[in-house]
Order: sequence, then structure tokens, then C-alpha cells
Amino acid sequence: MAQIELSGIERVFKLGDSEVHALHELSVSIERGEYVAVMGPSGSGKSTLLNLLGLLDRPNAGTYRLEGRDVTTLSPDEQAEVRRTRIGFVFQSFHLVPRLTAAENIALPLMLAGIPPAERHTRVTQALKDFGLEPRASHRPEELSGGQRQRVAIARATIMRPAVILADEPTGNLDRTTGQDVTHLLEELNASGVTLIVVTHDPVMGGRARRRLMMEDGRLLQDVREPAPA
Amino acid sequence: MTPADTLRFATRAATGYPLRTALMVLAMSIGVAAVVVLTALGDGARRYVVNEFSALGSNLVIVLPGRTATGGLGLGNIITSTPRDLTVRDAEALLRAPLVTRMAPLSVGNSEIAYGGRLREAMVVGTNGDYVDIRAFRMAEGSFLPREDLGRASAVAVLGTKLREELFGSEPAVGRMVRVGDRRLRVIGVLGKTGQGLGMNTDELVFMPVATAQAMFNTNNLFRIIVEARSREAIGPAKQQLEDIMRLRREGELDVTLITQDAVLGTFDRILGALTMAVAGIAAISLAVAGILVMNVMLVAVTQRTAEIGLLKALGATGRNIRLAFLTEAALLSLAGAITGYALGHLGAWGLRLAFPVLPAWPPDWAVFAGIGTALTTGILFGVMPARRAARLDPVQALSRR
Repeated sequence: MAQIELSGIERVFKLGDSEVHALHELSVSIERGEYVAVMGPSGSGKSTLLNLLGLLDRPNAGTYRLEGRDVTTLSPDEQAEVRRTRIGFVFQSFHLVPRLTAAENIALPLMLAGIPPAERHTRVTQALKDFGLEPRASHRPEELSGGQRQRVAIARATIMRPAVILADEPTGNLDRTTGQDVTHLLEELNASGVTLIVVTHDPVMGGRARRRLMMEDGRLLQDVREPAPA
Repeated sequence: MTPADTLRFATRAATGYPLRTALMVLAMSIGVAAVVVLTALGDGARRYVVNEFSALGSNLVIVLPGRTATGGLGLGNIITSTPRDLTVRDAEALLRAPLVTRMAPLSVGNSEIAYGGRLREAMVVGTNGDYVDIRAFRMAEGSFLPREDLGRASAVAVLGTKLREELFGSEPAVGRMVRVGDRRLRVIGVLGKTGQGLGMNTDELVFMPVATAQAMFNTNNLFRIIVEARSREAIGPAKQQLEDIMRLRREGELDVTLITQDAVLGTFDRILGALTMAVAGIAAISLAVAGILVMNVMLVAVTQRTAEIGLLKALGATGRNIRLAFLTEAALLSLAGAITGYALGHLGAWGLRLAFPVLPAWPPDWAVFAGIGTALTTGILFGVMPARRAARLDPVQALSRR
């Protein structure tokens, strides 16, 4: 059984009188631990796909099975729980809460999950150490560099040990070297068994993935797989 | 999300925007302070009047000649036409009522008082020895009028403190002879400073036995009889007994008016209590305005933090989590405003007491509770709508906003 199974997904947006098919008859399955790049021009539906995978959006038709469970029919609260426990988001613009310190930002998912402060503290300390953010723990986002901000965001996305990491242009706001650092970081996570799905324009980054989903006009144009590196 | 975390998160959010929070708290605190200060003023006025009347003495029933058809207190029954005079005999008869402890007849007139070439216009009060106890006056020098038969016109007088000062200056007064009208009276005592009461300043009065006063003014009638009941509860029944006695003495017709202090007090109490409520109501309007401000501020906060709300949803926050966080923030702002307003209000009341020492301007407890309660309720009530709006935001759109 695949970890993610999409079958016959339709997502239609109404813009005035006209209907826009952001996703059309999309069927994809992704195995546990895969490294997938979703690529395509603007408006090809790749962000919509990512939002659907992250349960931030619902399809108009079709089913989405996450770990064998049909998640499209879940209530909003149940979907929130799935997001909390199974999915980690990494955004292009980091989305850190400006008034909270790096450590507090990382602790947000733990807080939302109601994990007691003592355990939260140990887990955040460990994460800060793992991502080399220890000296920056009590800094606010505005005092951090772009690369550091994205590392905080990745630490936050992984603190709940999710099964899937969804990254939307994670290097889009970073220069090349810090972008590469972040890419390596995500790939290391993937190597430890987490499924990594990256939406990107960047052919270099896309080229690193072992599987590429090429999208156009809401359809899957190409599904390119590379043999696993020896 | 545990309640402690929600509280911490909301606190961080509130303190994260210090100017906004400060303005909000200020608006709310002005509302609460207005309630506290204005009710302090209103209640202070009420207490001032009540104290003023209580200064008359306690448990008093005042008997005055004449009767108006309608009851209650008004100018009409203080100055009434007199079908039959109230006499010293009536006064003595009233003492027979079992619930009455003391009685003092009052005969009042204007005369002049002279000592050693100094002459002064003064109000003369003819009464008996019990008057000083009924009114709870203190003697500064000597003693008050002797307790003797009401018919005895002893040639003695007791002076108010101001009168004594004007006539005698630093000389001792007790034992000296003064001339009042056409009589020479011996000063046997001087009252301590008392101040205003029932419209006359006791410090400027000269007291003498009722018979002496009546002889001086060549009259038989009394201005008032003041009767003291055994206790506060006994005032009602005592009044009944007094009425019965007076009716008996007047062949079944009651042609005197009995005023209890309670009735007078009650009237003023009600009027000024209503006034305080009205003033509190007006002040509460500013609280409603502050409530709308809370809503406005929270709506702005939701717009400002749209991306953050989207993020929280992506991180797995439920609608309830977000609703509670924003509601808690609104409640915290209101609470801070209420506490600041409470402190400001007390500061204002203190200033009032400093500026007007006679006014006991303490805010009543109910007003303080009502003020703070209204502040919290409006704050939370008006926080519900923005909080719901935040909880309903579509995460995809929220996240795309910067």
C-alpha cells in the first residue's frame, strides 16, 4: 500500500462565471520515504496539489488516501490532527511568527498538540542542536538570516516527527549557497525515512529528486523516476 | 493546546503589539475609571446628605403642629397652618408612650443677646435638659440645661461655641450674666463645635429652658417636639403610639404631623441612589464604546495576523484553538483595562476627597464590580466575532497573504 494515494482528484475554482480546473483527473501514488519534486510552470496546479496533500484544501472530486485512510471525508478537526501529527510544512516565505523566538517558533506544533512543557523543552533543545541553531535559540526571526529562518522553519516542520514533509519552493527566497544548505538538510531528513515532496521551479533542485512529477494545466504531464542511487 | 499555553500565547500576542495594547487598555480603563469616579461622586453626595441627617441624632420622630392631607415630606407640611397649638403638656404626654425614651420640646424665636456692651442678633431655642443627649451634643464648658419641670422658667442659658466666642472672646463665659431680649440669664454651659444641622447652625444658637423662652416670646405653643424611640426598629411602632396619644388629646382628630428621620433619610437616599445609578449608566456607555473598540482592535489584529493564523492551521491548530487564543487575547486586554481603570478610578476618587473633604467620595462596591464586570463582558462579547472570523479563515488564502 502506498503512503499517499490520489485517485481522480478534481479541484475547480470559480472565477466569476468561468471555472478553472486547477487539478483535473489527477491520480498519483507516492511510497513511504520517496523524494518527489513537483514541477511545472505557474498556474499548472502544483501549489494546489501541495495544499491538497497537506489537507489545507479539499478536492471537489476524487479520493485522497493517506496511509490507507481516506482523509478527504474527515471533519476539519480531524484533518487538523492529521496535519499536526503526520505532515510538516516548509514554506517559501518561512512563515515564522515574528514576535516569538526561534525556540518558541519551533515549539509551536508541540504546544498545539498539548505536549507538556518539560518534554517540549527537551525536544526543542534537541532540534536546535540538530539544526545548528543553539546560539540563535532566543533570537526573533527578524534577527536571523534567511538560511537560519528556513532552518527554524524546517526544525518546526519536523519537531512532531511527521511522515511527510511538504515544501513549497523552500529555497525560493534564499541565495544559492544557503539554498543548497537547506536542500541538503531536507535531503538528509528524507534519507532518514521521511517522505519529501518539494514544489519547485528550480530545475537544479528538481533534478536532485529521484522522482519528478511534471504538471501542466492541472494534469500530470510526466512522471519521471530515476533508479535509486547505488 | 492546554489552557496555560493558550493564555501564554495570547499574552505574547498582546504584548507583541505594545502601542495597540496600550491604547486599548487606556480606552477600557477610561470607561471603568469613569464608572468608579462618577459613582464615587454620586454615592459621596448620598452619604454626605445621609450623614448630615444622621447628625441630628438617631431614632428620632419629629412632631410638628398641623397636618396636611397628603403624607410624605414636603415644604407644605413643614410650614403648615396650625389649627391647635402644640403645647408643653402635649410634649409631657408623649413621654407616656412605652417605646419612647426621651423627648425634647422646641420653642424657637429670634432675639438679641448682649454681654459687656457687645450685642448680637441670635436665634433662641427653648428646650429641656434631654435635648443635648437626643442630639448627641458635646459640652465644651459647664453643663447643659438642668433636668427640671418643663414649667419652670429658670434664668439660665447655654451658648453655641461661635456665639460664645463673639460675645466673650477669651474671657470665661460660664457663670457670667447675659441679657437675652428683656431677661438676664446666667450662662451655665457652652456647647462644643457641632456645625450644621436641620438648617440651623447650632454654634450660633442660645439655649434656655422652654418655659423661659415661651415667657420671653409670650407664647404657649411649641415649634417642634423631638422624640427619641427606644431603637431603630421601634421607630415605626413608637410613631403609632405617639399618634394614638395625640389623637386622644385632640378628641380623635390628629392635627399634628410626625416625621421620622427614616422617612426623610429614605427619600434622600432614594433620590441620590437613583442619581448615582443614572450617572453610572452614563459612564457605562463609555464601556460599551470601549467594547466596540476591543472588537475593532481585534478585527485589525486578525487581519494583521492572517498569515500567522494560516500557519497555525497548517501546523495543526483546530478552529477552536484559534478562537480561544483570540478570545483570550480580547479578555486579557479588557482585564488589563479594567484593572488599570479601577486603579485610575480610585486615584480620581482620592483626588475628589482631597479637593472636597466634606464629600465621602468612596466608590460603592456594587459600582466597582459592575464596572469591571461590564468591561470584561463587553470585551469578551465583542471579542467573539473577531475570534470566530479568525477561526474560519481559509488556510490556503491566509497563507498566501504576507
